[in-house]
Amino acid sequence: MKILTLWSLFSTYLLASSLNIENHAAQFFSSGHTNNWAVLVCTSRFWFNYRHVANTLSVYRSVKRLGIPDSHIVLMLADDMACNHRNPKPATVFSHKNMELNVYGDDVEVDYRGYEVTVENFLRVLTGRLPPSTPRSKRLLSDDRSNILIYLTGHGGNGFLKFQDSEEISNVELADAFEQMWQKRRYNELLFIIDTCQGASMYERFYSPNLMALASSQVGEDSLSHQPDLAIGVHLMDRYTFYLLEFLEDIHPASKTNMNDLFKVCPKSQCVSTPGHRTDLFLRDPGSVLITDFFGSVRKVEITMETINLTDPIEQVEQSPVNGELQKERNSYVDQLPVSEIIHQKPKQRDWHPPDGFILGLWTLILLVFFKTLAFQETAVGSKPPYRVQ
Amino acid sequence: MLFKTVNLRRRGQLAALSIAAVVILIGVPLWWRTTETYRAWLPVSQIQELANLQLQLSADVEVVFARGTVTPEQQKKVPLTLTQDDEHVVDEDTALRYRYETRYRTATIMEEDALNQPTAAEADLSLHTLSESPCGSLVVYVIPESSSLLPEDVDVYVGQRRTALLRIGAQTRVGRTLEQLLSHLEPRVKQVLQVMSFSHTDITAALSDRVRLSPGNKESIADSMRAFKSSPGYEITFSLLNPDPKSHRLHWDIEGAVQTYIQPLLRKLAPLANFSIDSQTLYYAMLGVNPRFDSSRSAYTLNSDSLAHVINPVEARLGSNAASSNPVLNFLLYVPDAHHSPLHINDHKKQEVPSNAFHSPRWGGIMVYNVNDFYGPEAAFPVDINIDMAKVMGVFLAQLRLLLGVQSSAPPPRFLVAPCSSAGIADWELDRLMWSRSVENIATATTTITSLAQLLDQIGNIVINDNIAQQVSSAVTSLQLAVAELESGNLRFALQYSKEAILASERAFFDPSLLHLLYFPDDQKFAIYIPLFLPMCVPILLSLLKIVSDARQRRREKHAKAD
Repeated sequence: MKILTLWSLFSTYLLASSLNIENHAAQFFSSGHTNNWAVLVCTSRFWFNYRHVANTLSVYRSVKRLGIPDSHIVLMLADDMACNHRNPKPATVFSHKNMELNVYGDDVEVDYRGYEVTVENFLRVLTGRLPPSTPRSKRLLSDDRSNILIYLTGHGGNGFLKFQDSEEISNVELADAFEQMWQKRRYNELLFIIDTCQGASMYERFYSPNLMALASSQVGEDSLSHQPDLAIGVHLMDRYTFYLLEFLEDIHPASKTNMNDLFKVCPKSQCVSTPGHRTDLFLRDPGSVLITDFFGSVRKVEITMETINLTDPIEQVEQSPVNGELQKERNSYVDQLPVSEIIHQKPKQRDWHPPDGFILGLWTLILLVFFKTLAFQETAVGSKPPYRVQ
Repeated sequence: MLFKTVNLRRRGQLAALSIAAVVILIGVPLWWRTTETYRAWLPVSQIQELANLQLQLSADVEVVFARGTVTPEQQKKVPLTLTQDDEHVVDEDTALRYRYETRYRTATIMEEDALNQPTAAEADLSLHTLSESPCGSLVVYVIPESSSLLPEDVDVYVGQRRTALLRIGAQTRVGRTLEQLLSHLEPRVKQVLQVMSFSHTDITAALSDRVRLSPGNKESIADSMRAFKSSPGYEITFSLLNPDPKSHRLHWDIEGAVQTYIQPLLRKLAPLANFSIDSQTLYYAMLGVNPRFDSSRSAYTLNSDSLAHVINPVEARLGSNAASSNPVLNFLLYVPDAHHSPLHINDHKKQEVPSNAFHSPRWGGIMVYNVNDFYGPEAAFPVDINIDMAKVMGVFLAQLRLLLGVQSSAPPPRFLVAPCSSAGIADWELDRLMWSRSVENIATATTTITSLAQLLDQIGNIVINDNIAQQVSSAVTSLQLAVAELESGNLRFALQYSKEAILASERAFFDPSLLHLLYFPDDQKFAIYIPLFLPMCVPILLSLLKIVSDARQRRREKHAKAD
């Protein structure tokens, strides 16, 4: 009897462990992605927007810590805070009061810097329509099995996000860009996080599948900053990103935390604004989506079971041609600027356009005045008595 | 005076009318033409036709009866040719038809001699010397049950070229008439075809860009995620990781090894893609995981759960070619440091993996090479070690086959597949890869072109230049040619056209000029145009109204006068 119970316990244990392994394998392949990308964008410049750069760099640091390599991160910073003249601690960007955490470090790889961060470049990166001369580090080379994290921060409003204090991207353009990404299967799943004022308006217009969006505030609310640092003189972080980072510090590459916990980050009591999220376009249940599916890069691995038996000996590669002299190839550097084109530049042929807008209105006004005065002259003539005093 | 005022009024009316005429007849069309975006003509109707994809794949099979498999009466009716069609509807836009043209004949004397060899591998070799089957076709030799070529439990032997040996049952069991024989043979030949040419699952997996099928079991998901997608080029990087240069001085003849072992495979795969190979050595590159010491085997072990975390810290250090955007396959050879040697990889069941290697889907492979056997404990460090490249390349070649999609899933029961030739790929594997890549290229190119046409239709303010229209037209032409070649069974041409189609369609879709102009909501458009046009239009409208009211008044006066 005892042996029977022992045996049944043992077999159930074996079954449970094998099921566990099966489940593990199943979970491994349930997310359907093989690589991870991150596009982190800070859209505002000037010293008093220090906190936006600190936001983006903190998310960059977390994402790198959880495993996404630099070659898979596109980091766009609109201004250089670390080497700004007003920075009392040069070469540092702090994200916490009392200068506890320097997020700039010495292995930050910024792909788009300064004035290169424009709406056009951002949309080009997303849709992949970059000029052929763009290097690999500035491209988003995702495929249909990539999970992409997109993080935007800056100043925003109802339906738009301000870039560099001179242009805006609207939520319709963003939704169209994501649709173009979907049409070309440039992502498997996409997580969109935005930390600006009225951030929820930016994800209202999404219509492509497999998108999940989080925002730091609803329409009509402002996202507030966390705390100023008296030594540096500006606010260091925004509240939502601060609490998001606190949450991410507890995540390590093997953790099993899911998205429902991410939605609870920064409730109204801490954030003053109400964070929002949108999951209706996402196919999987958010409770089954791991944080590391987007923020980290956990690779799937398979053991190599088969090998090929190679028996041929290695042939020796010829070192030099038979006739004994080494052929030397002359290499030269390519000009950085197209010098010959600049020197011999002809004035550009501009197509003739008919006069538009203002000029057209001006000419019409002149014509009107002319006809009016003509008519006036006639009436003036007509008002003279028809008979002349002779 | 009345006459003069009438004249004046008439002139005023004429002036107002002529200005209105100029504005409406010349101004409005001019404004319309100058503010519209330039959109070159696209062959939209042909693109719509392509959106509805009807693919036909044709395979030629030759079934050769050896002596002892057909009775003399049956032999009289052979040779004959049969054609069979299999239709599958994948979804409302995609339909597949498989056409099998089967030619039955009896074996020639030379083929009979070849089949008399002692083993199947030698028979395969001598059969190949007799004739070479063209790309995309198969020859199946039917051998009698009594033949000793195949071992007891094996019914089908798949050779290294495009031949297979099929063992048939005794004539008494099969049947006396030719029809019975053929009906017995047909499903077995089809099974061989599914292994060696194309099967429905392979082709539908290749269509995954077009048709998002619900995933089947875990194995099919894993299979579909493992191989790289079709791309015009691939970069292969071999890296040697030496974390302990103070103890080990490693020498590997990578150039010779690549030339001898890898290049033959890549040369055979040349119609599919361009390959570029480079190699590098990394010093002081540690694995990100701490191996555990297993005292029972007195070796360090890495268990399968921790393997997933090995790749990321290393990947940050690996260089890659900055100039190209082709997918990269990384093959890493890790030689453990002297303090952590030997290092073994364990699988889920805590068994040692014989190859000591693992691979990651769509990334590459890592192999751990233990060198502690090469020197004794009293050796003077650093020790010179020559790495056995044949063993290493055996593993990397197997991983390369998996990652490029050459390797298939396990063959059906009672099938024996010949081991890999020195080239690393059998001819029928190449054919199978070419079938699925052609279908994949055609599916991707049609999706790209139709979605481009749809996008350009939806977003009205994208400028379409002439070069884009030309790329689209050439992509459409290549696609039509590729589908036609696939129908007639010319596999090589179909692959070539499909590659051209995909290159042209990608170039058209990703052209930098296709960025949509800024989005203007309607209220902004009104805000721009009203200050320009309203001041001009108000006097015209007022004078037109005045003309109309004057005409009405005059008519009323005329009526009043008439009364």
